[in-house]
Amino acid sequence: MSEALLKVRDLKIGATVYPPGEKPHDIEIVHGVSFDLAPGKVLGLIGESGAGKSTIGLASMAYGRGGVKITGGEVWVNGRDIMKSGTQDIRKLRGGEVTYVSQSAAASFNPAKQIMDQVTEASIRHGKFSKKEAEARAVELFRKLGLPDPENIGDRYPHQVSGGQLQRCMTALALCPEPDLVVFDEPTTALDVTTQIDVLMAIKEAIRDTGVAALYITHDLAVVAQVSDDILVLKMGDMVEYGSVDQIINAPQEDYTRALVSVRSIDHVEKQPTSEPVLKVEHITARYKGTNFDVLHDVNVELHPGQTLAVVGESGSGKSTLARVITGLLPPKGGNIHFAGRDLSSDLAGRSREDLRELQMIYQMADVAMNPRQTVGTIIGRPLEFYFGLRGAEKRKRVLELLEEIEMGEGFLDRYPAELSGGQKQRVCIARALAAKPKMIICDEVTSALDPLVADGILKLLLNLQKVEDVAYLFITHDLATVKAIADSIAVMYQGKVVRYGNKTDVLSPPFDDYTDLLLSSVPEMRLGWLEEVISNRKMESAGN
Amino acid sequence: MSPIVKLLAQRIALGLLLLFLVSILIFAGTIILPGDVAQSILGQSATPEALANLRADLGLNDPPVQRYFSWLGGIMQGDLGTALTSGQDIASSLGKRLKNTLFLAFWAAIISVPLAIFLGLLAVRYRDRWPDKIISAVTLASISIPEFLIGYMLMYIVAVKLRWAPSVSMINDGMSLGEKLNSIALPVMVLTLVVLAHMMRMTRAAILNVMQSAYIETAELKGMPMFWIIWRHAFPNSIAPIVNVVMLNLAYLVVGVVVIEVVFTYPGMGQYLVDHVSKRDIPVVQACGLIFAAVYIGLNMIADVVSIVANPRLRHPK
Amino acid sequence: MKNIPLAALIGLSFTGLYFFIAIFAPFIAPYGMADIVGDVWEPSSAEHWLGTDNIGRDLLSRMIYGGRTTIFIATAGTILSFVTGSILGFAAAVIGGWVDQMMSRFVDLIMSIPSLIFALVVLSVMPVTVPVLIIVMGFLDSTRVFRLARAVAVDINVMDYVEAAKLRGEGRIWVIFREILPNALSPLVAEMGLRFIFMVLFVSTLSFLGLGVQPPEADWGGIVKENKDGIVYGIGAALYPAVAIATLAISVNLVADWVLNRTTSLKGGRG
Repeated sequence: MSEALLKVRDLKIGATVYPPGEKPHDIEIVHGVSFDLAPGKVLGLIGESGAGKSTIGLASMAYGRGGVKITGGEVWVNGRDIMKSGTQDIRKLRGGEVTYVSQSAAASFNPAKQIMDQVTEASIRHGKFSKKEAEARAVELFRKLGLPDPENIGDRYPHQVSGGQLQRCMTALALCPEPDLVVFDEPTTALDVTTQIDVLMAIKEAIRDTGVAALYITHDLAVVAQVSDDILVLKMGDMVEYGSVDQIINAPQEDYTRALVSVRSIDHVEKQPTSEPVLKVEHITARYKGTNFDVLHDVNVELHPGQTLAVVGESGSGKSTLARVITGLLPPKGGNIHFAGRDLSSDLAGRSREDLRELQMIYQMADVAMNPRQTVGTIIGRPLEFYFGLRGAEKRKRVLELLEEIEMGEGFLDRYPAELSGGQKQRVCIARALAAKPKMIICDEVTSALDPLVADGILKLLLNLQKVEDVAYLFITHDLATVKAIADSIAVMYQGKVVRYGNKTDVLSPPFDDYTDLLLSSVPEMRLGWLEEVISNRKMESAGN
Repeated sequence: MSPIVKLLAQRIALGLLLLFLVSILIFAGTIILPGDVAQSILGQSATPEALANLRADLGLNDPPVQRYFSWLGGIMQGDLGTALTSGQDIASSLGKRLKNTLFLAFWAAIISVPLAIFLGLLAVRYRDRWPDKIISAVTLASISIPEFLIGYMLMYIVAVKLRWAPSVSMINDGMSLGEKLNSIALPVMVLTLVVLAHMMRMTRAAILNVMQSAYIETAELKGMPMFWIIWRHAFPNSIAPIVNVVMLNLAYLVVGVVVIEVVFTYPGMGQYLVDHVSKRDIPVVQACGLIFAAVYIGLNMIADVVSIVANPRLRHPK
Repeated sequence: MKNIPLAALIGLSFTGLYFFIAIFAPFIAPYGMADIVGDVWEPSSAEHWLGTDNIGRDLLSRMIYGGRTTIFIATAGTILSFVTGSILGFAAAVIGGWVDQMMSRFVDLIMSIPSLIFALVVLSVMPVTVPVLIIVMGFLDSTRVFRLARAVAVDINVMDYVEAAKLRGEGRIWVIFREILPNALSPLVAEMGLRFIFMVLFVSTLSFLGLGVQPPEADWGGIVKENKDGIVYGIGAALYPAVAIATLAISVNLVADWVLNRTTSLKGGRG
């Protein structure tokens, strides 16, 4: 009993919901969760959105966000039930014994105060260290976390450092008062993949060096596998599986866990290029109005009929700009676009209805890509009406066929987008694009906003539809796992340039250029010891240079 | 500090430009629209000769642009022209009245601003509990009744039924401060009530907005006590929005003052303006309109200047 | 109808009642609007429920006719301000570029002068008649509607579904009427309630200052002006309009709140 730092027993958490047109009422969002965490150990809490993982993490600090209340069970920290503790004791617990690292450090730092003040505040106010000691400790943590200029970075204001650096400052903030437990709530989710690995390394080393225990909350099983000792899998507020990292990753017992582990394991053999590409982008250079730098430099790519070209890159690489140029929303400064054997006008207004019909687009955020005041039937029916002049029963018949194709039934015809789940919304957007009988569809991060299992379903659907409809995809994404699952050819973009381009096998096989190497090696893999491997590889490389 | 200086200079220049354009608008509004000043002074029975003479005297035959610039030039030197109805110099009769109006507005502001901020904080502290609900109910009621009616209601209750304060607010230079304050007690009360509702509502929204930020949660999760969080974390970020609220409502006070002065026959600028609108004394209306607009624009400018200065991103550039 | 909350129901019925009285005033009012039927400031009695006014007219009849005038002017002003404000606001948002800049800056300029002061300046040279009042108030208030309509339309205009419609090749008319308008309507309708209240307060204030509805025509602001001298003698005749204005304003407010809440929580549901 006494060895557990954090002991949670049958924890139940409720929240008040305010559904439109109904009276507010209480629902239970976590239904009886139990686990133990020994000093110095790391427990990963994993699950999709709505699993209740953040709520459980905050419960260990006796905190409920918004209308969230702990309704039952026990939470023991350092040998006392904090549900029964008084205000003074809770205050000592928070920021003293248990600290918190949030997903968005940018929002969690007070914009009006210097970083050092905020990092040392808890240590000083809880009387753990004097101001001088706390500041010395903060500088040491800044150094340990690999922040540049550790002596002086504390004098800066939050907006003066980058997102990845601020996330490390937040980790320093949490570690400064020498807590017994740190709650990490998706600390790397908002970061680009090459930044994520640095922060992940820094966090892992800091945990190891300080011997602090941690609750590591994330939706990414590959990430949590790198830092945890144990993993607790959650689904809709229920415990699904609880075991050691080794057991969860290598021998999952439950179907749900197995699905999470094997996600993105779609086997897709690449197709060979044909003689005539459907899309040929030649020497495209583009810049936004009112700026003085090119966001695209001399981009050349081809897409063959019925195939998928994945354009991959991090934020700011220009991949979405490329999509805007191809759709005609952003006329390029220079270069040509050939589509279906003809030159495409660079401007949207100069394109024929046939051009528009054959080139469709699917967006990242399905909920804002559909007019909330139109039913699914109207949304899918409009392109039929607009391009093919279908009306009445004929249109309805075709809409139903399309609904069939996206594996949704007739019952959805009269529903509004708000009544659909995230995956269903994206399916309707796919049906709308297919309704035009296009030769090519641009897919802009279409799975990024979805939970892994749902995203998996969408990818499988897209691959099936490609076979049936013989449509080409220009697939824009930051996620290399998605690329591997779906692409026939790949273009890697970095700072507005295509740095690597070819068919899938060639692009993903060595020798690599520096950026592709960095990008590929930064993607967390679902196996134990991956992070250590990368760290030691990179150390060796830098030692070699 | 250079971007902040640049922004401030831009904002102040914009304020001056706005003032200039407003002066054109006020001038144009009174000459383009149908109506003849000479006719309204002399009445319908005036002879064409008398009308022509008066027009020449008033410079009404000059081109509008020239008249505008001679009017503006006069204002720059403190010459607001002469009133048509009384023939008095507008600047000298306005001076005393402006002082009275500012006296009234000053006391209303002194009482309402701290009270509104305090009650706004109270509403936030007891959000969705009874103090908050009472405050929002009173706010809704007072927003729904025009200022002059609140004035008469208070006059009816406080001055007539309870006899606690005079119903007419006369003040003159011979009175002591205490006598003056007693005299303006009721109008100050009404103005406070009118402005308070808006200010409280907006202060509440501004503070709530800050209190819902993620960094307040961070401070709570550091185990900081509530008072410390409000003082050290919420307050520095609330200055700009609260100053904005205060300035916006002081600007609102400027308008409220016009009506309230009429209700309590208080010898200020508002009553002077309303009087001369009915008499169609255009030079007086132009002068008063411009002064009111200038105060309004000035207050809005101060609000913007404070938010620029209080913004940490601008104060500590990368 | 089952889902309407009690507050909104009360608001709706009171608003309806006021409009009903306004429309059928001549059939409801017990006496003529300008008929002198009693002594000065008679207290309320069976014949004169609210008593009589400063020259012996029946106050209840004055209030009913006054409500008719006030509500008519406020309604006409609101319609005018809405039609001009929202059409210009949508146009500015969809057309964009220098047209948008010109219109927005002009509106900024008008709004940098308090409405009441601007109205007083204009009314100092214009004849004070009902059409002039409606035009002046409607025009001044349309600046606020313009800002809201433009802001809402600009927000919607950058939504992916509008972009999707443009990529499909839809014309400007479809984009405005089928994609933007249905989504902009509810915030505008809620705002309409608030603008109407503002109009009632505005016209009452002008009439009280003697620059609105001219006697012997009755309106709520004017009734206060006529009877204000009674206050110092403890005669509350001038305070009845306060009750009328406050109940009307609160009722409309409740309805507007409900419309707005329904919209924000609706997100495309049926109803």
